Amino acid sequence: MAFNRPDSNRRDHFTDAVFPSPFHARQNAHNQMRVWSRWSDYLSVPAYWCAEMEYFAGRNTCGVFDLTPMVKHRISGPDALPYMQRLMTRDVSKIKPGRVGYSVWCDDNGQVIDDGTIFHLEEGVYRICSQEHQIDWFLTNRLGFDVTVTEETHDVASLALQGPTSCAVLKDMGLGGIEQLTPFGMAWFDFEGTRLMVSRNGYTGDLGYELWIDPEHAEALWDRLFDAGEVRGIRAMGSDALDMLRIEAGFILAGQDFLPAMEAVRAGHTRSPFELGLAWLVHFDKGVFNGRAALLEEKEKGSRYRLVKLDIDGNKPARDSFVFTKDEKYAGTVTSAMWSPSAKASIALASLEMPHGEPGEELLVEIYYRRELKWNRVMAPARVVKDVFWDPPRRRQTPPADF
Amino acid sequence: MISDNSVIVVGGGHNGLVCAAYLAKAGRKVTVLEAGEQVGGLAATREFAPGFRASCAHLLYLLDAEISRELGLQSHGLEMASDGLRTIALAEDGQNLVIGSDNLDGAGLGDEDRAAWREYRRFMSKFAAVIGGLHNQVPPRIRQERGDLVALGKLALKIRMLGRDDMREFLRIAGINIYDVLQENFENPLLKGALSLDAVLGANSGPRSNNSVFTALHRMSGTGGHGTGAVALPIGGLGSVAEALAAAARQAGAEIRTGAAVERILTDGDRVGGVRLAGGEELAAATVVSNADPKTTILDLLGARHVEAGFAQRIVNFRARGNAAKLHLALDGLPEFRGVSAEQAGDRMVIAPTMEYVERAFNHSKYGEYSAQPVAEIIIPTVRDPGLAPAGKHVLSAVVQYAPRNLKQGWPEGKTAFTEVVMGLLARYAPAIREQTLAAELLTPEDIEREFRSAGGHWHHGELSLDQFLMLRPVPKAAQYRMPVEGLFLCGAGTHPGGGVMGSAGRNAARAVLAN
Repeated sequence: MAFNRPDSNRRDHFTDAVFPSPFHARQNAHNQMRVWSRWSDYLSVPAYWCAEMEYFAGRNTCGVFDLTPMVKHRISGPDALPYMQRLMTRDVSKIKPGRVGYSVWCDDNGQVIDDGTIFHLEEGVYRICSQEHQIDWFLTNRLGFDVTVTEETHDVASLALQGPTSCAVLKDMGLGGIEQLTPFGMAWFDFEGTRLMVSRNGYTGDLGYELWIDPEHAEALWDRLFDAGEVRGIRAMGSDALDMLRIEAGFILAGQDFLPAMEAVRAGHTRSPFELGLAWLVHFDKGVFNGRAALLEEKEKGSRYRLVKLDIDGNKPARDSFVFTKDEKYAGTVTSAMWSPSAKASIALASLEMPHGEPGEELLVEIYYRRELKWNRVMAPARVVKDVFWDPPRRRQTPPADF
Repeated sequence: MISDNSVIVVGGGHNGLVCAAYLAKAGRKVTVLEAGEQVGGLAATREFAPGFRASCAHLLYLLDAEISRELGLQSHGLEMASDGLRTIALAEDGQNLVIGSDNLDGAGLGDEDRAAWREYRRFMSKFAAVIGGLHNQVPPRIRQERGDLVALGKLALKIRMLGRDDMREFLRIAGINIYDVLQENFENPLLKGALSLDAVLGANSGPRSNNSVFTALHRMSGTGGHGTGAVALPIGGLGSVAEALAAAARQAGAEIRTGAAVERILTDGDRVGGVRLAGGEELAAATVVSNADPKTTILDLLGARHVEAGFAQRIVNFRARGNAAKLHLALDGLPEFRGVSAEQAGDRMVIAPTMEYVERAFNHSKYGEYSAQPVAEIIIPTVRDPGLAPAGKHVLSAVVQYAPRNLKQGWPEGKTAFTEVVMGLLARYAPAIREQTLAAELLTPEDIEREFRSAGGHWHHGELSLDQFLMLRPVPKAAQYRMPVEGLFLCGAGTHPGGGVMGSAGRNAARAVLAN
């Protein structure tokens, strides 16, 4: 397959339907299913050979996921911090150089546009990773600030390495001292004449890292990782497996668990950070930020919705289900659901109408499922739970245990 | 500790002065900071040549009668040289039309046009009153609260009360263009040309642009008590209105400082804290009311970073592209316009021979060019107010269109050439004008922007159109004079009900401050 090489400065990118990732040749070699999907501007792999087995690699050994399609932006200049403070709901000054932080950003109505991770690369230089393209909004936000805002999606190749053996694999690969990296920290290593950045974070709720390198070295990085990881069960992991891992960890997904505000047509279909259980990301004491006035009002008057975790009886995944109260009054809908192999439970994220969703509340989930081509319906009892379904101590240990 | 009572008004334009006067009357400690050496802004009467004076805004359409009475402007020296100027539609051959409020006069007018004029005046006055009825209120917000719903209900009721046929007509024409409406009603091309000019004066639009009927209605919507659409001329130019307002404000206890240019509106945490002047002096105040236009206030004085991004973007998108220039001539004697009697020379003269001519003049500006054949609204104020010039001499004051703010060749280059075009235009109607001219001043939108600190050089601080009126002026969520930063208010023409020396924006803003 012949592809044009993506270039951030190109303005005719739309002439290409989709780009290959810098890891494409390696992904192709692992992709036994020969199935590709589209993620943002890139080809992505839903499952290389078996989503469940890839999921288990993420929980029991380690899985490698190509993060390159994640939209990346770079914010720099004298006003980078004030710009970030006005853009983000959280206090970005708390994210020191060399640290990573999760955040959401809102429109003026306090509705979440997207969520993502902020990498404070060096004093006054930030990378924002997001699910959706944000360059238009980020450029709009420049007015009044001395900052440079660019999209660098195509300039950085990145892999997520997630799972209990991930630290050991990186150590074996020669990243000395990686075990000392604390959660949400960043470290830089020399790698075959270039710089490899490693951050300790991820989307699986487990021990894991993200690796960032220039696209020219992408294949070399992949090869070195797989060479080092062979004895520790390293596996290429597709997006289906990642989705399972993130639901267990209670992480939300734009376009799945909330509608990005810029895509919404109808009022009431978007969500505020409070309505997504992200009140901890809203800091009113840092001055003006997009959505502040609306969120202050919401805090005073109350929210419309609450995103909750449900523990559902039985073993039928509650995909796309309605949620009812015990007396079968409408309470909300499931946004993400799965049978959790690790929790051994049918679990779900659900958006409920207030006042529903207090931890411990007993609800009913209407599940349709098919057995031998016969459709069945069950009103499965479910409980709102407070804690995420998967949260092993190794996620936070420094140094992590050597598996 | 700042006293909660203190208010700084940024800019001593007429709305700033009205606002200051009402706030001082209510017991607030008010300081007006005017960058220029005199108050009044675009309404100030300035000396443009030794011994010759004129005000940039030169006619009074809309000054609110209630404000005039409540602030005692007459007792502060405001007097009219005339409160009912007629309009003389100039023809190159001198076959002019005289347009009075109730009658038309001139060669080539048929009975049908005379009858149509009475009918046109009837419905336009009636519709203008609907709009005028909105002037003295803080615009309602579109939300489910009683006060807002009642205000919106009243507006709907007022429209319904026009009667079935007039309501239908109002709804049909309020958003459309004046060209079609005049075409439906009149025959005489000169009459249609002159009337179409009323719909586009000071606007970035031509007769065929939508919203031009609305602009015409807005011009007629005054509550000055001299009859709908009455055009008045104060003695001493419009600067006399500003001086009277300043006197009223001072009497109420406001302090007015001129030569005090505000460079920055300061914030104190979440709220406004005061201002910093050019030169560094800082003044603290719990409330800052800005008479500057919305763009200058939010983007330059406050700084976009102090508001949310969506709001800043809406301010950026506020349409404010000036397209009118102002000409002041110092004349050796009374100019002779063909067919204009000495008595008529004191009226309002317009050069807009046909609607097509006006539209063609506008066409140039769409592409960054000035009109090759401009349109003009001309007065010779010295006919009725000789004090504006040395004895025996005269002042000609003209609004000249179109002169786009962003001229392709740039205004420093274009100004001399455009002045020449305008003088050539005038000479076709008043052949001796060049010989009579002692001095000329042409203010382009760029000059207006610089001298009067109005972004885009727009007289009304922003286009007056349905999309920027009432709860949409200047932008949604800021149309109640209150800005998103606590303690900061707007009171200028960029807010409801917009431009024209009216004073209502200033008074409404004072109400909003007092209600806060």
